[in-house]
Amino acid sequence: MDKIRFATVWLAGCSGCHMSFLDLDEFLIDLAELVDVVYSPVGCDLKDYPEAVDVCLVEGAVANEDNLELIYQVRRNTKLLISFGDCAVTANVPAMRNMLRNSAEGVLKRGYLELADANAQLPNAPGIVPELIDRVTPVHEVVPVDIFMPGCPPSADRIRATIEPLLHGQQPEMAGREMIKFG
Amino acid sequence: MSVRTLKIDDKDVAVEAGTSIMDAAKEAGVPIPKLCHLEGLTPVGACRMCLVEIEGLNKLLPACVTEVSEGMVIHTQTPKLQEYRRMNVELIFAEGNHVCSICVANGNCELQDVAIEVGMDHSRFPYRFPDRGVDLSHPLFGIDHNRCILCTRCVRVCDEVEGAHVWDVAQRGAACYIVSGLNQPWGEVDACTSCGKCVDACPTGAIFKQGSTTGEKQADADTLEFLYTAREKHQWTR
Repeated sequence: MDKIRFATVWLAGCSGCHMSFLDLDEFLIDLAELVDVVYSPVGCDLKDYPEAVDVCLVEGAVANEDNLELIYQVRRNTKLLISFGDCAVTANVPAMRNMLRNSAEGVLKRGYLELADANAQLPNAPGIVPELIDRVTPVHEVVPVDIFMPGCPPSADRIRATIEPLLHGQQPEMAGREMIKFG
Repeated sequence: MSVRTLKIDDKDVAVEAGTSIMDAAKEAGVPIPKLCHLEGLTPVGACRMCLVEIEGLNKLLPACVTEVSEGMVIHTQTPKLQEYRRMNVELIFAEGNHVCSICVANGNCELQDVAIEVGMDHSRFPYRFPDRGVDLSHPLFGIDHNRCILCTRCVRVCDEVEGAHVWDVAQRGAACYIVSGLNQPWGEVDACTSCGKCVDACPTGAIFKQGSTTGEKQADADTLEFLYTAREKHQWTR
């Protein structure tokens, strides 16, 4: 049997979920036996999201144009998409800027003009820094999601309990405090 | 004393007339989810978590404010109720700004508990991200309206147990919020005795002790027991 093609992506999040993923410690060695890591900020050097991915963990909310482009590509090329952590599931801390009038302009003005000590100016680097989208959203508001794994971050135990059944062709049961507590 | 006999989830129950379905279910050992209900306070049916199905009635009724009647046949765990309860919790999360990871109540929160209880792993409703305030004018406590679910436990405990009536609900519908005094900053309200009962009664992290960060927050179940003993037995012992 071919190995499972496994990916992880990092959108608008702090990378804490990926750090928690690395906390899987020796299970990572078992995992490496069963999967090909085809795209991941912590497990692979490839820069382009590949075709025909079996499982992808998505950390982070959708906050800018780059996030949008990547998540559409992930959905197109992935069989099973897992919202990985509170930012992906609820938009969490990155979405707190939505309280500022639900607009990119609102947060940029607040951060770079109103709160500036000196040289107040809006950042402008087209093609280098991705444009913010107006409203930060959880992943499932943009593309369909197959499994939700809340947690800030989900513990290594929860990550293992979610992906281990998938390696054997089974669905994890996302229920109870161990599996679905936010925060 | 007249007795009413009824069935809750196929269990026969006999209780005094005037008992609520919630109390009858407790007597029968049938758990019903709840958020705004706090023993010792007048029930108000604000959160709708305790809705139950009653045979012969085509609408769902809140168990906390519905009195039992003779021959009632009540169901508390039908698929319809389970779906509605989950939807209800999702709506509560989508309504305010509930960012668990930075909340003082994370891990000791009744809203988190019911989310787990109803199996909510995400909200199917888009979040509103309302613009709400935080009042830190009181020297000991604070209120973060972002985390408020309008259960009114603070309003009732302050009025009915402490007798100070500092809190009330202002506005209507989605614009509702909890006010202190005559819509003044909390720290300027003379009626407040700084007893902290509202902090104890709050099911989320909306009303909190100043200086209590996520890491410092401890579960404090004794406090609810204190409130109950005080109300039922008139013993004010900690």
